[in-house]
Amino acid sequence: MPLLEIEDLMVTFTTADGDVHAVNGLTFNIDKGETLAIVGESGSGKSQTAFAAMGLLAKNGRATGVARFDGKDLLSMSQREFNKIRSKDMAMIFQDPMTSLNPYLRVSEQMAEVLMLHKGVSKSQAVTEAVHMLDAVRIPDARARVTMYPHEFSGGMRQRIMIAMSLLCQPRLLIADEPTTALDVTVQAQIMQLLGDIRQDFGTAVILITHDLGVVAGFCDRTLVMYGGQIMEEGTTDDIFANPSHPYTSGLLKAVPRLDVDEGELITIAGEPPDMSNLPPGCPFSPRCAVQLDHCSAQRPPLEMTGDRRRSCHLPVQEVA
Amino acid sequence: MEPLLSVRNLSVTFDIRRPGSWPWTPPRKLHAVSEVSFDIQPGECLGIVGESGSGKSTIARAIVGTLPSSGGNIFFEGHDLANMDTRERRVHRRDVQMIFQDPLAALNPRMTVGEIIAEPLITHEPGTSRKDVKKRVGELMERVGLLPNLINRYPHEFSGGQCQRIGIARALILKPKLLICDEPVSALDVSVQAQVINLLMELRRDMNLSMIFIAHDLSVVKHISDRTLVLYLGRVMETAESHKLTTLPEHPYSQALIASVPIPDPVLERARVRPILEGELPSPLAPPSGCVFRTRCPKAQASCAQARPMLEDIGGNHLVACPFHEAEHVLAVGE
Repeated sequence: MPLLEIEDLMVTFTTADGDVHAVNGLTFNIDKGETLAIVGESGSGKSQTAFAAMGLLAKNGRATGVARFDGKDLLSMSQREFNKIRSKDMAMIFQDPMTSLNPYLRVSEQMAEVLMLHKGVSKSQAVTEAVHMLDAVRIPDARARVTMYPHEFSGGMRQRIMIAMSLLCQPRLLIADEPTTALDVTVQAQIMQLLGDIRQDFGTAVILITHDLGVVAGFCDRTLVMYGGQIMEEGTTDDIFANPSHPYTSGLLKAVPRLDVDEGELITIAGEPPDMSNLPPGCPFSPRCAVQLDHCSAQRPPLEMTGDRRRSCHLPVQEVA
Repeated sequence: MEPLLSVRNLSVTFDIRRPGSWPWTPPRKLHAVSEVSFDIQPGECLGIVGESGSGKSTIARAIVGTLPSSGGNIFFEGHDLANMDTRERRVHRRDVQMIFQDPLAALNPRMTVGEIIAEPLITHEPGTSRKDVKKRVGELMERVGLLPNLINRYPHEFSGGQCQRIGIARALILKPKLLICDEPVSALDVSVQAQVINLLMELRRDMNLSMIFIAHDLSVVKHISDRTLVLYLGRVMETAESHKLTTLPEHPYSQALIASVPIPDPVLERARVRPILEGELPSPLAPPSGCVFRTRCPKAQASCAQARPMLEDIGGNHLVACPFHEAEHVLAVGE
């Protein structure tokens, strides 16, 4: 049984300007100890997928479809039930560590709270465990610094605190939503290495949500590419990068300047990211697609499966450059 | 050839007052930029890379003249920025334009696109007829890839990429000689980044612009600039031709920086040996003595703490501030 099963997930927000469909029929699984990358630009629905699975959708958001963690249905869960599994079985780290830590509480308080709630240990014991975890994420002098407030740490250190906090109960699934986007490259390298080590030591499955193809390449077993709330393609990371089978993926790979290649002019994807309240009835990428066929904007391409590869495109694989 | 811009030993310091300190207590000095020197030739693009807090934007703002320098000189076409009279300064402001990181925040939300782009023109050439202004704005909008019929729209009606195009049009309407781009693409989506990068490169070619391109993303800087300057804690670590810098960096910091940049290729990524830099940027209020990088440097020796290493020319316009510099292939470069 897969650890997390998402089937035909739809996330819709009711706004004054009408319904916004953030995620439109998303299906994927992640197994124990696996790493999955969800790649997409802003508005692709990658973060909302994670929020739906964690029960963190905004009040005007609705999720339908199936989301099961370890066989338990997530979408019908109440917030009380969510509180029992969040951080214990599945945890999440966010892009901006400053806004996701409570600025009024010492780090020790915030971390101890998790353990006291889920494991029922005493506060002093919880703080001791918190210090151990801060050591594990290589925060120097953790014993003295655990009583400091979040603002007294640098951005990279705050992200380490977030990671430490999410690992306190040794969850089986960690969802990392753009964990290094706000950080400098040298710190990004440190954090990604840390996440890799943790994954090996604890056997945690990781969903890495990002727009940075470079980070994906070094970290994930499988990659899922999203656009306009839908899957464009999915496969092993090696396969996706070596033979992209969707015009969006191949366009994305060509549009990023690489440090190790002296490319001439970059090959761009025309147009702008989609307006989620006004998507075409067919393929969401069709307005920007350079190789689209006549029926692309009218007919949504089915998700085809060949081997361990899934793709959603009317164009035959051989014709995608 | 006389350089267009010549920066000599530029230092910028900020006074930091401790909250609650006495008014007569001397403030602490934060050295945002110290003794930075470089030249920009006409038509050249210089990239500046560094982590946050390395002083990239401070240099840009000192060159534009919005921040006073506390030491050194900035010469634009031979004129010292510090001793310019009002008239010269006006010309300098025309010739040096800037585009910013957050494209929406850089535009006045109460002005239409047409008004935003026309404003510098009306300020600097008040005699221009309204018809001419409209014509030039329309031409420029087309040039940067905006439909001229959007002229009466407001910034919030545009996406991030389009807002950045508006910012570029505003900066170019006076036909400046130097364009300073401060992280122009880092707030944009990946698929839109490439469009803006291509546009900037095209405009630079067509208008013979000199450029300073500031970014934290080394891959983008390498792609767009002829020469790259690596900053760390307000000091220049290394300057070289961009290709040379990324393939054969000499300074330990440049090497660490290049090693940290992820490459979108899983096979290469797995094969990379990656000496990861430990620790974080020291506080600029109390920079390390001697070489500022020594606290994180894998090659640091006792002597590094004593004297600050001078920028040394190792040939081919390649300057390194490290006595123990050594060329190293950090990346395998293909194609």
